[in-house]
Amino acid sequence: MSPVTPPGRDLRLDLFRGLALWLIFLDQIPSNAVSWLTIRNYGLSDAPEIFVFISGYTAAFVYGREMDSRGVTVASARVLKRVWQIYVAHIFLFVVYMAEIAYVASSLDNPLYSEEAGILNFLKEPGVTMVQAMLLKFKPANMDVLPLYIVLLAGFPPVLWLLRRAPTLGLAASVALYAAAWMFDWDLPAYPKGTWVFNPFTWQLLFVTGAWCALGGAARIAPFARSRPVLWLAGGYLAIAFAIMLAWHLPHLASDLPRWLTDWVNPADKSNLDLLRFAHFVALAILTLRYIPRDWPLLTSPWMRPTIICGQHSLEIFCSGVFLAFAGHLAMVQLSDGLGMQILVSAVGIATMVGVAALITWYRNVEGKKHGPRQTPVVNADLAGGEA
Amino acid sequence: MKVLMAAAVAAMLTTAMLATPGLAADEGACFVASGLVQADFALPHVAAAIAEKRLNVVVLGSASSSLPPAAGGAPKAYPARLEDALTHRLPGVTVKVVAHTKARETATDMVKTLRQVLKDEKPDLVVWQTGTVDAMLSVDPDNFQTALGEGVDALHEGKADGIFMNMQYSPRTDSMVAMGAYLEAMRFIALQREILLFDRLGVMNAWNEMNVFDLSAATKTNDVAQRVHDCIGRLLSRLIVDGAKLGQASNTGAGNMDHPNKDIR
Repeated sequence: MSPVTPPGRDLRLDLFRGLALWLIFLDQIPSNAVSWLTIRNYGLSDAPEIFVFISGYTAAFVYGREMDSRGVTVASARVLKRVWQIYVAHIFLFVVYMAEIAYVASSLDNPLYSEEAGILNFLKEPGVTMVQAMLLKFKPANMDVLPLYIVLLAGFPPVLWLLRRAPTLGLAASVALYAAAWMFDWDLPAYPKGTWVFNPFTWQLLFVTGAWCALGGAARIAPFARSRPVLWLAGGYLAIAFAIMLAWHLPHLASDLPRWLTDWVNPADKSNLDLLRFAHFVALAILTLRYIPRDWPLLTSPWMRPTIICGQHSLEIFCSGVFLAFAGHLAMVQLSDGLGMQILVSAVGIATMVGVAALITWYRNVEGKKHGPRQTPVVNADLAGGEA
Repeated sequence: MKVLMAAAVAAMLTTAMLATPGLAADEGACFVASGLVQADFALPHVAAAIAEKRLNVVVLGSASSSLPPAAGGAPKAYPARLEDALTHRLPGVTVKVVAHTKARETATDMVKTLRQVLKDEKPDLVVWQTGTVDAMLSVDPDNFQTALGEGVDALHEGKADGIFMNMQYSPRTDSMVAMGAYLEAMRFIALQREILLFDRLGVMNAWNEMNVFDLSAATKTNDVAQRVHDCIGRLLSRLIVDGAKLGQASNTGAGNMDHPNKDIR
């Protein structure tokens, strides 16, 4: 875990992306008591929001500089190369999923669960299933984030080009697409039924907002975002959202809530990134950036190191997380699913993610030294957000 | 965990208070999770029917509302167990529970059946079990939620009370089906439209955690399946009677003074 801090790098991005990856992992372990830690239990937005926003930010930062130094065509080609890597990673995870399902199929014959066993039906027609998975239409549980990221990044080159020429126009176009998707119900189809869990036409708003912030937008709105009324507004909004979620999670309080207030937690709006959720994320970001400055001393302390290196290798760590969640579930089914086991699986999983991140960091450093300083810019680019 | 402990304590207390001598011994296990089953809303139509000494219940559900014939079939599944438990709880009342279960039906499919059943059978109460199929097919949660709302509309038109029942807790397939959005949708509509929700998933999860039933065991035996269904029937009967008590209060308030309290115990 040697230091990997290129000068000028905003470690807050890595820190919070690492944190988001941990939370996404905890959420993916089924019936996990530890997932009570995740932020969606305390407000309207969730870890994927953080992940998508920071990914937009870093993608714009890295590929924007690439457009400066090597031109639009080369930078676009590099974006598409990254899309391909993520696609391959997604297919790899799908194979892991198939393996787990096939294994569980051999042991699921409890008469109580004859209906649930239907989820294994697609093993009977693997051809259709595989093709639908490759088309990103069949997405098993918990495998929705990477397809979203693939689509967002694939459409990113022209957006980046526009954002660099006319940032306000670029952001306006994104808002317009968001509004149109809500108005005309635009979405991508899924297999066997329904639509994408994360609708790319609406979720792009977070990604593009992140990119816009990276390309100077953050500096432009800083005086506004740091003004006292805005901070109070953000804090108040988070407090109200917290109170509502608290009531929602305590069944006997929930029935006493006024109906118009519970409308806020309407679960149907997650896949379309409801404005209330978007606003919640923005409020969270405003307060975080205000109270955790870029040169926050703790950012360079060894305590933050594990989270930061996870955020720096986000694609690998995301995939490890999905894999570990499957493995953890199998362990819980086979051995025990008590509270102790849930905590153990969560802790071992996060430790493994940190271990993988440390290994990659070490390997990149060794490789970087071998090639000499000439390669450094490319290594930096990858670290700062060529990563998913 | 604290919540579960509290639930366990509450369960023991309620069991002690509720249990009639003959039933206490074998009901204890079922009621471990009874803190999760509470009548937040009233069942006025059920209360009115009980006062008239008859109660017609329809269970509308997918395959998890039945048991395969090899595992005992309909007589051992929870709708039949519910009829039994209600008959015990409501002496002198003619209780009829009819199950309409069909495998692989989504909530949208079931709304059609629901309308038909309300017209043909005029039930006082419909227990609507749904969510599993929609989650497995990953139906758009938006459509699922809309279907639930339409179902509630149909119940109002048909002058029947409703109870939603959510999915089973199935540890082995837990990581393969994303239930979250559908569970939340059912809770949301239940709250918004003041419909009782029988949290089958929460109840079975609590049974599993407290080792009342080992649900993750790979087993072919029918024993656990039958006992789980029996317990669901009993817990459901309690929810219905509790809801009816609330409903009786509201009916009385509305002027139906001739319904004596002793009808519902």
